[in-house]
Amino acid sequence: MLYFFEQFLNGIQLGMLLFLLAAGLTLIFGIMDLVNLAHGSLYMLGAYFAATFAEWTDSFLLGAILALAATAVTAMALEVIAVRRLYGRSHLDHVLGTFGLLLFFNELVRLIWGPAGMTLSLPPEMLNAVEVLPGLFYPLYRLVIIGVTLGVAVLLYLLVMRTRLGMLIRAGASNREMVGALGVNIKLLYTMVFGLGAALAGFAGLMQAPILTVQIGMGENILIAAFVVVTIGGIGSIRGAFVAALLVGLADTVGRTFAPDLLHTFLSESASSSLGRALSSMMIYLVMAIVLIARPEGLFPAAGK
Amino acid sequence: MTVASKPPVKPGWSFGVITPRVGLNIAVIATLAAVPVYAALTGNTFALTLFTRVVILAIAALSLNLIMGFGGMVSFGHAAYLGIGGYAIGILAKEGIGSGFVQWPVAIGTAALYALVVGALSLRTRGVYFIMITLAFAQMIYYVAIGLDRYGGDDGLTIYHRSQFDGLIDLSNRTAFYYLCFGLLLVGIYLVWRIVNSRFGMVIQGARSNERRMRAIGFPTFRYRLVCFVIAGAMCGLAGALLANHTDFISPAMMHWTRSGDLIVMVVLGGMQAMFGPLIGALTFLILEEGLSRLTEYSNLILGPLLLVVAISIRGGIDGLITGRRGG
Repeated sequence: MLYFFEQFLNGIQLGMLLFLLAAGLTLIFGIMDLVNLAHGSLYMLGAYFAATFAEWTDSFLLGAILALAATAVTAMALEVIAVRRLYGRSHLDHVLGTFGLLLFFNELVRLIWGPAGMTLSLPPEMLNAVEVLPGLFYPLYRLVIIGVTLGVAVLLYLLVMRTRLGMLIRAGASNREMVGALGVNIKLLYTMVFGLGAALAGFAGLMQAPILTVQIGMGENILIAAFVVVTIGGIGSIRGAFVAALLVGLADTVGRTFAPDLLHTFLSESASSSLGRALSSMMIYLVMAIVLIARPEGLFPAAGK
Repeated sequence: MTVASKPPVKPGWSFGVITPRVGLNIAVIATLAAVPVYAALTGNTFALTLFTRVVILAIAALSLNLIMGFGGMVSFGHAAYLGIGGYAIGILAKEGIGSGFVQWPVAIGTAALYALVVGALSLRTRGVYFIMITLAFAQMIYYVAIGLDRYGGDDGLTIYHRSQFDGLIDLSNRTAFYYLCFGLLLVGIYLVWRIVNSRFGMVIQGARSNERRMRAIGFPTFRYRLVCFVIAGAMCGLAGALLANHTDFISPAMMHWTRSGDLIVMVVLGGMQAMFGPLIGALTFLILEEGLSRLTEYSNLILGPLLLVVAISIRGGIDGLITGRRGG
């Protein structure tokens, strides 16, 4: 039971992380209608920036703040220089162009930081474990991730639902031309949305950095998982992304934890471990295929598309 | 090596049917036909290896163009068919079935069957959802391959004997293998051309531009699109069988989603809906990749932005550049 609860927390933590990536992706998708394969690169940049700045400043927190700003600025510059020229083009042009960006960023990171990868160490007080239930100790940092990302989710909700900028974002999502026609500086809005999405991705990257190693290509697999979340949730829907992120996070963790054991009940040890490994990695795609077969537009299709 | 040079077409005069597009196509085909001769004369076997790869991936890109360019079905999981074709060869070879007469039909049949299942489930969705669901299925196959411990798992599997064709053709002869791939590519292009210009192909293209209208005039578009999807899958399965024989090695990496991305890049780069577009795209992409990696260790610093520039500024890829075709 305690084991189950621990895995449940792991699933929530992964889900929250995926939400950070998926929220940015779905915003960019919903508003600019852009398929952005380079989103994972911004996640990677966030992690590299954080590792570097934390080393310079000797402070995790300061490094994180600087990294967040650096990621957002990089992304906005990228939007102004290149990405905005892709708006209004076919999705295939997006795939071609942002695939090029992905290659570029991987290589750039290799040039600047070298191929070896980096580590970002946590402040010592974060290394403790907390007794969340009697007898169950859980790493404090993972709880912090859950808490902080929940906070970010609430802030994002307030930003989108309660501010003028959010109103423009929602308006842009349902009818771009009309928003432009009403005199809103749509170019600036797009740049800001891209920067916001990148900041969320960079934030996910730097939060995850202490748990995994910071390395080239770290954004690629998680990007696909984030796309899965966006698709399950319904493209353009932040609420959908939140629900889908938790669903995917839990499905992945449950699959990883229980599939081998479950298979072991009727298969041999080695067969169940290899099949279980495959099955658990497939879990989230299986969930997505099932959702799309039942609901071809995702769980929460964005209204007025 | 003499190659039909591209005639300068100025307004007011032309070489009859030799438009810039036809000129380029002839030049590419002539160059490809001459590669083994060049390799034999200079002893440059590397050129032959590189161009064999070009030709094989051109077949894969050709099959993708059939569904993506003509059918409007953007499959972001096309590398899965390469993998399935390749694994069919590898698994059968490891289990002691070396005959190509068994291996190749199994490779093509399995890929077609997989396409049938994926197509039947995915073709209900549209647009980006279709892109994502095809990607999801390809990821599943990718992880299945990683789970195949008996066949190398993550590390892949070496194929010790290429497919045997009982003296009909010896695949370990590089030149013979190259010409086999080249011949299959030409047959493939002819087939796609026949398909696209048939009644069936018209329905497929009609469904791309306006599916509702096609249904309204009585075509069961789902069935047509599904058949088209399966043909493309089978063709790409063949490319996978060729690729496994070419590299003598299979691994999950050949199905990584970035490989599917490469195939899309080739098709878009060459020019969608152009019969020779996938070939020209595969040629350009792989030569660029190879050339740049010799130029600098950080070749993607150049290749990446180049793709971006192509996506931004050239509509219709290289074919569009040559013909001045707008839109796409």
